[in-house]
Amino acid sequence: MIIELGHYALVLALATSLLQAVLPIIGALRNDRALMEIGSVAAKATFLLVALSFGVLTYAHVTSDFSVQNVWENSHSQIPLIYKFSGVWGNHEGSMLLWVLILTFFSALVAVFGDNLPETLKANVLAVQAWIAAAFSLFILLTSNPFNRLLDAPGEGRDLNPVLQDIGLAIHPPLLYLGYVGFSVCFSFAAAALIEGRIDAAWARWVRPWTLAAWTCLTAGISMGSYWAYYELGWGGWWFWDPVENASFIPWLAGTALLHSALVMEKREALKIWTVLLAIMTFSMSLLGTFLVRSGVLTSVHAFATDPTRGVFILIILILFIGGALSLFAFRAAHLKAGGLFAPMSREGALVLNNLILTTAAATVLIGTLYPLALEALTGTKISVGPPFFNMTFGLLMLPLLLAVPFGPLLAWKRGDLLGAGQRLFAAVAFGLVVGSAIYYAQNGGPVMALFGIALGAYMIAGSLTELFLRSGLGKVTGAVALRRVSGLPRSVFGTALAHIGLGVTLIGIVAVTAFESEYIVEMKPGMTTDAGGYTLRFDGLRKGNGPNYSEESGHFTISRAGVDVAEAWSSKRFYTARQMPTTEAGIRTFGLSQLYISLGDGMADGGVVVRVWWKPMILCIWLGTLFMMAGGAVSLSDRRLRVGAPARAKKQKKPVLEPAQ
Amino acid sequence: MTRKQKRLMIIGGGVGFIVAAVLLVMVAFSQAIAYFYVPGDLTKAQLSPGTRIRLGGLVENGSLKRGEGMTITFSVTDTLDTVPVTYTGILPDLFREGQGVVAEGSFKEGSPVFVADTVLAKHDETYMPKDVADRLKAQGVNLGGKENIR
Repeated sequence: MIIELGHYALVLALATSLLQAVLPIIGALRNDRALMEIGSVAAKATFLLVALSFGVLTYAHVTSDFSVQNVWENSHSQIPLIYKFSGVWGNHEGSMLLWVLILTFFSALVAVFGDNLPETLKANVLAVQAWIAAAFSLFILLTSNPFNRLLDAPGEGRDLNPVLQDIGLAIHPPLLYLGYVGFSVCFSFAAAALIEGRIDAAWARWVRPWTLAAWTCLTAGISMGSYWAYYELGWGGWWFWDPVENASFIPWLAGTALLHSALVMEKREALKIWTVLLAIMTFSMSLLGTFLVRSGVLTSVHAFATDPTRGVFILIILILFIGGALSLFAFRAAHLKAGGLFAPMSREGALVLNNLILTTAAATVLIGTLYPLALEALTGTKISVGPPFFNMTFGLLMLPLLLAVPFGPLLAWKRGDLLGAGQRLFAAVAFGLVVGSAIYYAQNGGPVMALFGIALGAYMIAGSLTELFLRSGLGKVTGAVALRRVSGLPRSVFGTALAHIGLGVTLIGIVAVTAFESEYIVEMKPGMTTDAGGYTLRFDGLRKGNGPNYSEESGHFTISRAGVDVAEAWSSKRFYTARQMPTTEAGIRTFGLSQLYISLGDGMADGGVVVRVWWKPMILCIWLGTLFMMAGGAVSLSDRRLRVGAPARAKKQKKPVLEPAQ
Repeated sequence: MTRKQKRLMIIGGGVGFIVAAVLLVMVAFSQAIAYFYVPGDLTKAQLSPGTRIRLGGLVENGSLKRGEGMTITFSVTDTLDTVPVTYTGILPDLFREGQGVVAEGSFKEGSPVFVADTVLAKHDETYMPKDVADRLKAQGVNLGGKENIR
């Protein structure tokens, strides 16, 4: 009965979102307040209904109600409670429901916090959101219903995929969806602006917080997914250029571009048409990602069970929304007034360069991802486009952007001084060179590209700090004054610096681990030792054990440095009985920012075991950098300038002309 | 600079960058992609030694041998033709005789042995890589309807 209630709630949610999709638009056209107001009410109602539906599915999973097909296929009575919760979205149907839940959550947020928006804009935004929600609710109800019952309830479930039985599943998908579904709000804002045919700097100020929030969550989601893959898959890879990873990375690149172009629009009323187009493209890329993952056209670690009707359905949604938005754009964009001009060497110019490079890079990733599909569809030839392609194209294209990052904030709006910015970055360049040469001596050489990459990262970190340093006037004024100046800076300045520092940190991690990683494959018997990254590993022996739904064999290792024991590690192979499926649980020990990664292989006839050990220098920088980026996003988001409708400080209003560019 | 010059500079720079990107993609496509083959395709493919390819098929029953050190040899088959493969390293958890596999690597000069540097097996037991299943079906191998079930 409860299950049917969840199903019914979802049907009702479809009905309310259809109301929300139609009435506010009519209201906006007729300037009818009551009709527009229905949008807000319906948005909240839809969210509550989907939440109820999701709650019911969660209830079914937690109570292991195997009469529900979805629970039977993806759960087990013996798995720990946390996996019963996270198992709700560890499958196609449940994760689509989570997708819609988050979408309607964002609509409800717009309804609640959008009081300062012009009424018609808010009504149109909610309506566009509702069209998306309705399309995906319909998709769930028609092709992927999680509430299907089995006539004879089986006694035991088929278990959650063992690879997914990890805390990562509890965190990664919700964050990722918050990010890439969050861009729907930007899309809706863009579509609403096009419907109204009016767009201004205020529009950009409303869109920016949503973009920032979605971008921050997407960064967190991708980063978390990368770390999860790293420790779970047992071979220490943290990014595979897997099509599904690309599917989330392309919206991230486009979203990053959107963040920056919205800034230009807000400050200078320029790039209006481009920003609207970018807002549409960002969410379109999210939809495309959903299609790639759900349709089964890809071979991927993420591929869900494939059902052709699902793929076709999502393809139709994809075409309707992207096509619809782009047609709207084609008809209306000409009506939007173009913004002002600016010199190529200016803050705007730098942000245009950022957009040019990010969108081109996103396009190459997109081409690399879709090309094999297109080629197979057209000629039947199968190819795989792997890391070499992406490293070559994406890596090279991003290079000028990374070099330019510290310049951007140092250039003034309208007309910047490139030479002056270059002079002020002198210290940062010097710092980069010092770090590069230090690594050169420490490693006794090393690949030139790697040294350059690390120097570049160090330069980016120092360069991003340069702006804070200069604006504090440290060296010219006393420490107290400098501190006061720094604390008086808008938070967005810190946000920018943090995010750019993060990029540098991540770059250092990527370069260091790619260039200086070492891998050892050895056959070990108890008591034997092997060296890795300056540490010595001793294999102490194997132990058998049992978990709630698996049996495992764990190897114990003692790690010592210069004869002193410093750590121990367990590395195991698990065998999940319900699915008859083995997994590797790597033993990972952290030393500073580097890690020792131990993976257990097959046992040998003579009692030995094959052990694969990696020394991963500075690998934690990769994710540490993303933490900086997220912090940057969060700090920027807290800037009062972005709080919709927050009154500007009176002091600042007095002399807006003299306000320093930010 | 006049407005016109400014605009030209921005547009010229943008177009130049995009052209560079397109060239880069074309070069990368000619160098950095791996074609997918099953053993039966190899005789007509006439690969030059060192060309990176993906070799897919089933691990032939009884072919898995552990050699010197960490080197492992096995054969990949599409049931008609068979190719011997060597690989150094730990095999994926789901690597099993009679199961689907994709090996990435190349043939060395004058040797019929495929040297793999990456071996992929799917994370799900009953799932066969779609690439492999399609090709095997094209070769007329009966997969027993197993390939698309989770």
